[in-house]
Amino acid sequence: MWIYEKKLQYPVRVSTCNPRLAKYLIEQYGGADGELSAALRYLNQRYSIPDKVIGLLTDIGTEEFAHLEMIATMVYKLTKDATPEQIKAAGIEDHYVNHDKGLFYHNAAGVPWTAAFIQTKGDPIADLYEDIAAEEKARATYQWIINMSDDTDLNDGLRFLREREIIHSQRFREAVEILKDEQGKKKIF
Amino acid sequence: MKQVPAEYYQLMEQLQAVDFVLVELTLYLDTHNDDLEAINQFNHYAKERKRLKKAFESQFGPLLQFGNSYSSYPWNWDDTPWPWQV
Repeated sequence: MWIYEKKLQYPVRVSTCNPRLAKYLIEQYGGADGELSAALRYLNQRYSIPDKVIGLLTDIGTEEFAHLEMIATMVYKLTKDATPEQIKAAGIEDHYVNHDKGLFYHNAAGVPWTAAFIQTKGDPIADLYEDIAAEEKARATYQWIINMSDDTDLNDGLRFLREREIIHSQRFREAVEILKDEQGKKKIF
Repeated sequence: MKQVPAEYYQLMEQLQAVDFVLVELTLYLDTHNDDLEAINQFNHYAKERKRLKKAFESQFGPLLQFGNSYSSYPWNWDDTPWPWQV
């Protein structure tokens, strides 16, 4: 089971109300390479992966939910004081007319999250290679969002998340090597 | 929503810092399960985390529930602030 902890993994601060940045950030909330996709992908792959890497998928999958909460906090803080005029100027009026300031799992272009974004192949190498690619795509997305943002407080949190993608990618690469070693071992019966 | 004192942020940040060490060591140990030095570090910081959790909770209420934190009277788990509100 999971236990909720009443704290963020890393402090989230924003300098000013800025709904346009929230529009970009939602890519990491409900987008194909976002945190929801990551969490659900890894936690779902656990059941058919060799025992040696179940722990890693469980722990990284769990950390992704902490990242999802950080993104939600960023979006909340960037939009909570926005007026309808500011919402309109930021180009998120399509979201507003449906959800007000509520969060919703869609990407920056408004496409709703779908399970088709993620895969479980039941083949450990295929699954882990997808996971490595997912981390690299998420890392790139964080970089593109940072490039769009001039909010130094927000960027501090985004840089933390970008670094986590690198760590996760490296751990998944190690998992691939662990499985290759297992496969190459001579078994004596 | 309750205003939180500066000490909330200080204690929270200390906890976040130790938890960062623990997350890093956890993922590292998931792929390096025979690194004794890392396991010693892990256990050291797990103990430190317990201490910081207790210090934070005595002032600002439970961090965990389902029985993983104690409650004072009245029930204060659902008190604000929630993490995105600070």
